[in-house]
Amino acid sequence: MSSEETFRESAAGTATVHETTAEEFAETLESAIEKPAVGTPLPFEGVSLDESPVETEFSPEELQSAETGVTPARVGIGEYGTVTLPSDGAGSELVSLYTPRHVAVLAASAIEPDMKAAYERLSEEFAGGADSQVLATGPSATADMGTLIEGVHGPHEVHILVLEDR
Amino acid sequence: MSSKRGDREGTASEFRRLIETEGDAVGQNTRTVNQLSDYALERFDSYEELRGAAREIKEQAIEELPALIGEVDEAVEANGGEVHVAQTAADANRIVEEIMAEQDAQTLAKSKSMTTEEIEVNEHLESAGYDVIETDLGEYVIQLADEKPSHLIGPAMHKSPGEIAELFNREFGLTGEDALSENPQELTEFARQKVGERIREADVGMTGANFVVAETGTLMLVTNEGNARKTAVTPDTHIAVAGVEKLVPSLVDLQPFTELIARTGTGQDITSYVSLLTPRVDTPVPDFEADEFRDSDDRDFHLILLDNGRMGMREDEQLRETLYCIRCGACSNACSNFQAVGGHGFGGETYTGGIGTGWEAGVHGIESASEMNDLCTGCSRCEPKCPVDIDIPWINTVVRNRLNREVDADDFEYLVEGLHPDEETGGLDRQKWLFGNVETLAKIGSKTPRLANAVKNSGPGKRLLASVFGVDTDRTLPDLADETLREWYMNRGPQVVDPDRDVVLYPDLYTDYFDPERGKAAVRVLEALDVRVHIPAVAESGRAPLSQGMIETARSQAEFVYGTLVTHIDRGRDVVVIEPSDAAMFRDDYEKLLPEQSADRLAGHSYEICEFVYGLLENGREVDALSTAEGVSVAYHSHCQQRTLELAAYTEELLDRAGYDVRTSDVECCGMAGSFGYKEEYADVARAVGEHLRDDLGEVSGERIAASGTSCQTQLDLLYDRPVPHPVELLDPR
Repeated sequence: MSSEETFRESAAGTATVHETTAEEFAETLESAIEKPAVGTPLPFEGVSLDESPVETEFSPEELQSAETGVTPARVGIGEYGTVTLPSDGAGSELVSLYTPRHVAVLAASAIEPDMKAAYERLSEEFAGGADSQVLATGPSATADMGTLIEGVHGPHEVHILVLEDR
Repeated sequence: MSSKRGDREGTASEFRRLIETEGDAVGQNTRTVNQLSDYALERFDSYEELRGAAREIKEQAIEELPALIGEVDEAVEANGGEVHVAQTAADANRIVEEIMAEQDAQTLAKSKSMTTEEIEVNEHLESAGYDVIETDLGEYVIQLADEKPSHLIGPAMHKSPGEIAELFNREFGLTGEDALSENPQELTEFARQKVGERIREADVGMTGANFVVAETGTLMLVTNEGNARKTAVTPDTHIAVAGVEKLVPSLVDLQPFTELIARTGTGQDITSYVSLLTPRVDTPVPDFEADEFRDSDDRDFHLILLDNGRMGMREDEQLRETLYCIRCGACSNACSNFQAVGGHGFGGETYTGGIGTGWEAGVHGIESASEMNDLCTGCSRCEPKCPVDIDIPWINTVVRNRLNREVDADDFEYLVEGLHPDEETGGLDRQKWLFGNVETLAKIGSKTPRLANAVKNSGPGKRLLASVFGVDTDRTLPDLADETLREWYMNRGPQVVDPDRDVVLYPDLYTDYFDPERGKAAVRVLEALDVRVHIPAVAESGRAPLSQGMIETARSQAEFVYGTLVTHIDRGRDVVVIEPSDAAMFRDDYEKLLPEQSADRLAGHSYEICEFVYGLLENGREVDALSTAEGVSVAYHSHCQQRTLELAAYTEELLDRAGYDVRTSDVECCGMAGSFGYKEEYADVARAVGEHLRDDLGEVSGERIAASGTSCQTQLDLLYDRPVPHPVELLDPR
């Protein structure tokens, strides 16, 4: 099984995975978000939030009241269905955290098969300056109130858009 | 130290209270997580490999700790932050207060951290007039209730949803329609709203750290709720408080821990969030009041590295291993006694559960570990669950040994001259002395077994045992047999003429003096498979004194045992052991008591009886030579240490081949655990654990019951009111 297939299967338990391409991105994005939506710039060639309903200029209050947050993910981890979310200057960390629905956009070429390979890649990324990333797997959750509840301080719903040609 | 009668009664009643008030919630939560974690580890092929890697990283990191502290100091400074090394809890609190004052801050949002519990930072900040809000929902509950965490990762594990609803309604004056129900969804929604507001308003965010990378100054924060992420990046000032032992050299060192910590701790493959933050982070500061984002240059970061006894632990050969702990709480979940009483019973000032003893002894001093220490019975079920392979029972034994030496020797009057073990210096609690010297007492008693039994079981005898030795009056110490196993065998002699092989059947104390029938069954089973049995006079394995923390006595017993058995091994005889706790001594514990070569030699030639018989069948012997059954159902309880050594499956397979339908209990330990259930202050804990075993095995009418351990047999005897044999007795071809 390819890393991408493994990723899709692993992530399916905790997130909704949408397979798409640069060309189909806009359409796929529409289907994954609920408005109002805020987002941070996507670094993938030919893919942008510019023409989408996703607002990239927003205030803390708008962030706080948005239904969806769209951010890039830097690395995917096949065995776990995990994505890494950067703490960048655009505020991706906050967007992925404060909105009830998080939509992460991931390049298929950035999916590593396992945790070992992911950490090797993260070591390079950290050395290159992307030195704060969150390994995120599914929605935020707690069992402190007696049973498993999804949606606590972070999102209660996670979508991952995998760009197959990026 | 509870060596006096009154203390024992007080301890017993406190445990009764906890079992009644917190036992249900703790029991349900710990058992659920324990099972989830079993399942997660079963599905994970790399467990042992990563555990080895994790252990190696921790060993190396603690070895190089002073250098790592220097390295992280440089890395954090290069990132625009500041490192403070705090020698004591007071130093750490003073540093926090200085930062609060410097920032002109009033409120602090805090994400869950045991290290900040250790320094009691909330109490200090509040008494200095600051507001502190806990953001982990479990911690939030504990803060509102003004209680202490009852578990390393599930601080409010002892509270039911109903109790949490009651707490919220009371604290926030919610009545009528506004009152919260015990619906977990409703409670979570309420708490996240309350806490969310407070995080957005906070001036400073405080987190702990699961790990700190020395090379890069990166913190690893493991959560499911996302509160650590929010606490770290929402306010412009971030203070992280971490024990110095959290340092690892480089980022890739985090890989094994990332894959292990949730599997052992919560039974997940990975938690929702594993944050790898290298402050100061680039995330802009959200100012919710002004409704604007400020530049990330406004951020401040302080890393407080806490010593508070850790550097001393590093120098302590026996306690050093505690520093490898990653605080996943798996040892608590796997512990039968913890499941019964929770961390408010099995805990010290801050830390809870099996590994908590090591932490308490190291950071708060040995006195803080004394009350909790006896709750570790050495059952060893935590060992396979520890992601860094810490010998948690051994740490508890060492702490017990040190506590023994602190008891006032004047408090002890020797009733029988010459019994006090010379190796144990200082004083020793009478109760521990009794159970640690059980071999000598059995030898004396067995000269006139009926008289000894009559005295022991009489009213005055029981009262004496209770008042002087703290033996629970509702428990009856086992009766001495009229004839020991060795006496029987010496009169009878071996009955194999042309043996296939020769073995030593180790005459463990219990089999020899109290239950020779299971020994006789073992002899007949072995002989039926053409094995000639030798039963030499061998000392007690040292299990009894070891369980009381009498390490030097156990060591000299081990030396006697090895000296006797080694000549038999040299003659080509394997050693076959009926009692699993003694098999565990030979296979595992002796590595702490004997030179490596001796321990390895004995371990390599020792077998648990059913394991050995299974091996004979695998080598061509026929099961038909034994007593077989057709479709008879057996409810089997394996012994805790036998399961840790992964030997239980042999018994199950053997009974299966003999035609039995076997079902095995799921509980970790029977609760008796040698002397534990006989001790007045713990008898109720043992009973609570036993009731769980009974619930687990359920109805047994029409079934046989069997158990491998002496203690387990005793516990089940009582629970089901019928004699419970060792599995080998079911195979006895007599």
